[in-house]
Amino acid sequence: MAAHLSYGRVNLNILREAARKELREFLDKCAGSKAIVWDEYLTGPFGLIAQYSLLKEHEVEKMFTLKGGRVPPADVKNIIFFVRPRLELMDIIAENLQPPREFHILFVPRRSLLCEQRLKEQGVLNSFTNIDEYILDLIPYDGDLLSMESESAFRECYLENDQTSLYHTAKGLMTLQALYGTIPQIFGKGECARHVANMMLRMKREFAGSQNQILPVFDTLLLLDRNVDLLTPLATQLTYEGLIDEIYGITNGYVKLPPEKFAQKKPGEGGKDLPTEPKKLQLNSAEELYAEIRDKNFNAVGAALSKKAKIISAAFEERHNAKTVGEIKQFVSQLPHMQAARNSLANHTSIAELIKDITTSEVFFDNLTVEQEFMTGVDTDKVNTYIEDCISRKDPLIKILRLVCMQSVCNNGLKQKVLDHYKREILQTYGYEHILTLNNLEKVGLLKPQTTTRNNYPTIRKTLKLWMEDANEQNPNDISYVYSGYAPLSVRLTQLLARPGWRSIEEVLKMLPGPHFEERQQLPTGLHKKRQQGENRTTLVFFLGGVTYAEIAALRFLSQMEDGGTEYVIATTKLINGTSWIKSLMDRPEPF
Amino acid sequence: MAFVTANWNPLGEAFYRKIELYEMGWNLKDGLRECLVAAAPYGGPIALLKEPQRRSPSVRPQLEIYSSSGVAMASFPWKSGVVKQLGWTVCDDLLCIQEDGTVLIYDLFGNFKRHFSMGNEVGQSQVVEAKVFHSPYGTGVAIVTGASRFTLATNIDDLKLRRLPEVPGLQGAPTCWAVLTQDRQSKVLVATGADLFILDYTACTAVSPPGLSPQATSIVHMCVSFSYKYLALFTDSGHLWMGTANLKQLNVCVTFFFASDRHFIPSYHFSWCRRPKSQQPSVVIMWDGHILVAGECKNTISYHLEGVSILVPELDGVRIINGTHHELLQEVPASCEEIFKIASMAPGALLLEAHKEYEKESQKADEYLREIKEQNLLGEAVKQCVEAAGHELEAETQKTLLRAASFGKCFLSNFPPEPFVSMCRDLRVLNAVRDYTVGIPLTHTQFKQMTVQVLIDRLVYRKLYPLAIEICRYLKTPEYQGVSRVLKHWACCKVQQKEEADEVIARAISLKLGEAAGISYSEIATKAYECGRTELAIKLLEFEPRSGEQVPLLLKMKRSQLALSKAIESGDTDLVYTVVTYLKNEMNRGDFFMTLRNQPVALSLYRQFCKHQEQDTLKDLFNQDDDHQELGNFYVKASYKEKAQIGHLQSAVDEYNKAKNEFAAKATEEEMRLLRFQKKLEEEKGESLVGFSLHDTIRTLLAVGLHKHAEQLYKDFRVPDKRYWWLKLTALAEKEDWEEIEKFAKSKKSPIGYLPFVEICVKHHNKYEAKKYVSRVTPEQKVKAHLAVGDLEGAADAAIERRNDGEISTVLSRCSPSTDRALVERLNRAKATAAKK
Repeated sequence: MAAHLSYGRVNLNILREAARKELREFLDKCAGSKAIVWDEYLTGPFGLIAQYSLLKEHEVEKMFTLKGGRVPPADVKNIIFFVRPRLELMDIIAENLQPPREFHILFVPRRSLLCEQRLKEQGVLNSFTNIDEYILDLIPYDGDLLSMESESAFRECYLENDQTSLYHTAKGLMTLQALYGTIPQIFGKGECARHVANMMLRMKREFAGSQNQILPVFDTLLLLDRNVDLLTPLATQLTYEGLIDEIYGITNGYVKLPPEKFAQKKPGEGGKDLPTEPKKLQLNSAEELYAEIRDKNFNAVGAALSKKAKIISAAFEERHNAKTVGEIKQFVSQLPHMQAARNSLANHTSIAELIKDITTSEVFFDNLTVEQEFMTGVDTDKVNTYIEDCISRKDPLIKILRLVCMQSVCNNGLKQKVLDHYKREILQTYGYEHILTLNNLEKVGLLKPQTTTRNNYPTIRKTLKLWMEDANEQNPNDISYVYSGYAPLSVRLTQLLARPGWRSIEEVLKMLPGPHFEERQQLPTGLHKKRQQGENRTTLVFFLGGVTYAEIAALRFLSQMEDGGTEYVIATTKLINGTSWIKSLMDRPEPF
Repeated sequence: MAFVTANWNPLGEAFYRKIELYEMGWNLKDGLRECLVAAAPYGGPIALLKEPQRRSPSVRPQLEIYSSSGVAMASFPWKSGVVKQLGWTVCDDLLCIQEDGTVLIYDLFGNFKRHFSMGNEVGQSQVVEAKVFHSPYGTGVAIVTGASRFTLATNIDDLKLRRLPEVPGLQGAPTCWAVLTQDRQSKVLVATGADLFILDYTACTAVSPPGLSPQATSIVHMCVSFSYKYLALFTDSGHLWMGTANLKQLNVCVTFFFASDRHFIPSYHFSWCRRPKSQQPSVVIMWDGHILVAGECKNTISYHLEGVSILVPELDGVRIINGTHHELLQEVPASCEEIFKIASMAPGALLLEAHKEYEKESQKADEYLREIKEQNLLGEAVKQCVEAAGHELEAETQKTLLRAASFGKCFLSNFPPEPFVSMCRDLRVLNAVRDYTVGIPLTHTQFKQMTVQVLIDRLVYRKLYPLAIEICRYLKTPEYQGVSRVLKHWACCKVQQKEEADEVIARAISLKLGEAAGISYSEIATKAYECGRTELAIKLLEFEPRSGEQVPLLLKMKRSQLALSKAIESGDTDLVYTVVTYLKNEMNRGDFFMTLRNQPVALSLYRQFCKHQEQDTLKDLFNQDDDHQELGNFYVKASYKEKAQIGHLQSAVDEYNKAKNEFAAKATEEEMRLLRFQKKLEEEKGESLVGFSLHDTIRTLLAVGLHKHAEQLYKDFRVPDKRYWWLKLTALAEKEDWEEIEKFAKSKKSPIGYLPFVEICVKHHNKYEAKKYVSRVTPEQKVKAHLAVGDLEGAADAAIERRNDGEISTVLSRCSPSTDRALVERLNRAKATAAKK
């Protein structure tokens, strides 16, 4: 069930239901029993749309992962391949075919002539009864969050100049507009944003005449290039959810945690038989407690948890007050809910303990100190000894890269000498093959030699108030609480767009890469919204190239602000953190 | 009004009426005599082939096409073979089935479209009889050959010929046959003598209709109803059998009094005359200038006919066409009967009367109204009037009925307005297309069955574009289904006007289509291209907003460069890939690369493609662009994949140098040096080192005690002191070589200080060794060092000595209840003084 999708300002369940309907229709097209062969990459995203039960209802009896060789034996009539349109996958599919069964292909998110051509070359195109596409661009991830779950989008767009994901983005936004009405205002910043907006406007012309008559749900769309704000993802997120992601990694809404803390303690067993399987938890706003604490600064989570603990135990104490049969009955009826709350509390207490062990460690503290120095502009132009020490100790490479990139971004590029020093240190310590990764980082602008002596980061920082000295972690009054002082640039831009508007920061916008623009989409007459007094505007913020949980937290904070005037729905190509992001940019030549 | 019933004739419970639709506009000398005639259902066009048997080249038969009102649309001499049968497709195309089995297709205006054959085996035996039929799957053709074999095609647009099994005992032509559509399959029902067979794709099954008179020795005629639900058989004994088409149920079996003394001539016609919700099944039989309607009862209605006529079965009646007139014969619809039947007291009839009186300003109007209202039937009355209006063809009668309905509506609250409004609209459209000049005599029932969409199509086929557009606008059909579609057809027709120049046509089209939404210019362009007007096609494609749509046609027209830029414009990378692959096969490599070079988006996509599929091409691409940086990277990558590592690396160095990337060149040279060193050492010492980083190499060397070699690398590669010290310290600690560590610590002043020494010893659980270095730690780190080895007192001393508030607090935080009280007090005191300061 996905009730939590419909709680937000915009009912995203409509989108999910539309996606499910389409899936069911496709499955019914292949009459009879069926087995699905999955492109492994797709299983996660699909999990957000449909569980196995839905598939089962439509006679899916077996599921396999797509790999070389033949499909394992299964007594089914149909074999359906769910794949991304990738050439290498086509070759594997060709290997898999083994009559006499009916074969079908479902391309996600779009059919590809190129792939069909490949199947033709392999001589198997005619073996398929159905070749179809399942347009799954924007996947509802939570009540206010859509993700395309496209891992490599940033790399493709900014490194390889492959704008396929942008095309899907534009298509996805068209689908969204078909369901939620035309978005009258489009703002954007960055090359990719411009490209997406252009495609959207063109597609709108193409579909002219078939326009839907839906009252627009979104007032504004803001398209933001990730490379407008390269700094934010590099910084360590300090919200609860952000830290879970930084430390354990959240994939498709699930996190895997070390099992020790979650062992059921039973008297007499004394720590034996600790579970070895990692504990898998789903994290979304369906869980009341999680929705409450996910976006808090981690330092405020402890207090929130103990408060909750008191409420729950008080609720359990109620049973002593229940005297009459009616009262007892009422108490019992609430039990399942209370028990769920108690489990949830236990889980999150354990997670918080796990995280606390890390955040209180010296390593974490030192790292954070250096990050904050960089962000406030302290000694960003010299070789940093902490980084040197980390390299000397051969700390994980990604940690080093995050720090070096951060220093480069905060200094608008490093002096050639400094840059070369870091690079040399990294190559000698971690291996020369990383020269390719370093080259990639330079190409996307995360690392760069200083070209002018003028460093405009301090100007940007001051104008946009990116650093707030007195960030209040417990009762925040500014978005900077999500990084304990640093206000994410991307979110600041969003905030300033709503009030007082970008005109006030023209100068800074010019310093950031890519054009900024505004477009208006004509609404059919009669669909102009009449705003009620005090009714909030709804803005869809689309992060092209990924967004972090801390940024989402900051936007949620803005939505909840009284007199904020704007509520935000967030969309992105992928949920990222510094580590997964840098990882996606690394080049690892396979050894021979 | 009194004469509405003038043309009604009773038959059993129901009435039948014969209405004149048109006085035919054509001028036929001999009427329909000796003509092969085909009239399409739903008031479609009529085709005539005069004297089809004439073969001499000097006097060829003339093929003529008329509208239902007899307005000529085309006429041309027939030059092909002998035509056996004419028929119309659902898209108003004319099918001419020839004796040799060839079927020629012409459009409404007599332009040849294409032809197909009903099979090779037809050749010698020839087609004896053919039928054109319609089913949900399209238009089909069935033939029977001189060899008594049936061949059937269910949909001529997706031609699949089915040769049906042989009919036992059948020689020559069967006495009669018909095509049925049952269970999603087309079947043939054949009669030979008194035997009846159903032929499907696989079998020939004998059937016997229940209740068929045993006196019959031969079934001479049969016909299937418009909906394929009912079947009528006529026997030589004069019996008429009417039942369901599955032959399971008999409805009526009538014997005609004239059966014995009449001889049925072959030029008869026989057709069902029913309507949806008919009161009784009935058929129309026509021969020799007579027409007979027969139903359930013994009676029949007979009409006299002038000249040769044909019957055209419709959904709700039969049309009768002869040389001068076009009539519709149908059962009077229930609502009309209720209202107009003499002395009817039905609510609709009363309402009509009430309205008449009201017009006359007579108070009787009120009486009538009251009568209806008292029975609570006013709603019903209005409904009847609206419905009846739909069934009437005379505009005056329609108006009278609608006015009455509108009058009745005034006295009703909450009566839904839609049926009335839509009926008014429908009738307006129907009256327009029934007009003599258009000549589509559709009834309302037919119109509803056919849908507006199809009607628009029909008008478009007739090139009645302005009327079609007016109707779309009037019915408020969504633009892209209505006006835009019509305009597209208009444009497709326009591009075929050969006498006009490309520019003129392009301008005319863009002018007219400019504002219409959802026009597919690429379809129009495709049409232009098919007519051999490539230039015009390209001009038209310019107007296409969907760049993606332009690409396939551009490729077909060999405008690949343009196709590429359009593909890029669309943003659809798959489309770009498609064009690129096409170009790759079309052009020579040099030109191909040059083309890509001018299109950076395509180039980077192609690079992506090559990266996964064609590594060598990738190299060529970089080479041609003189992209030395990328070439360098390419060789580096290659060096990890292939054995000839050093060679690749050398190439990389060369490329990096050309790219003026000094750093990368140097780093790669270093890499080569390291690799050589590793290989050499592997040979000498058997230590596996290749693939290790410099750091790991040194570490391994230290671990196995090759200190000299490690030292050499440290010097050769100018490893910074600090890092080397860290490295060596860690490596030695891992080995737990405490002696060596001590020696190392004493070798010279540590560039990393001595705290790391302390910490690493502690990490390896050797506090004893750790303590050795505590004294050498800088004052700033003393406290940390003492704490690391667990010496609280030492830490306290150091902290107090340094009078550092923070440090004192750190030490205090480590104190536990078991700690010496004096120490705690001392710390607290020191803290107080430090704070004062």
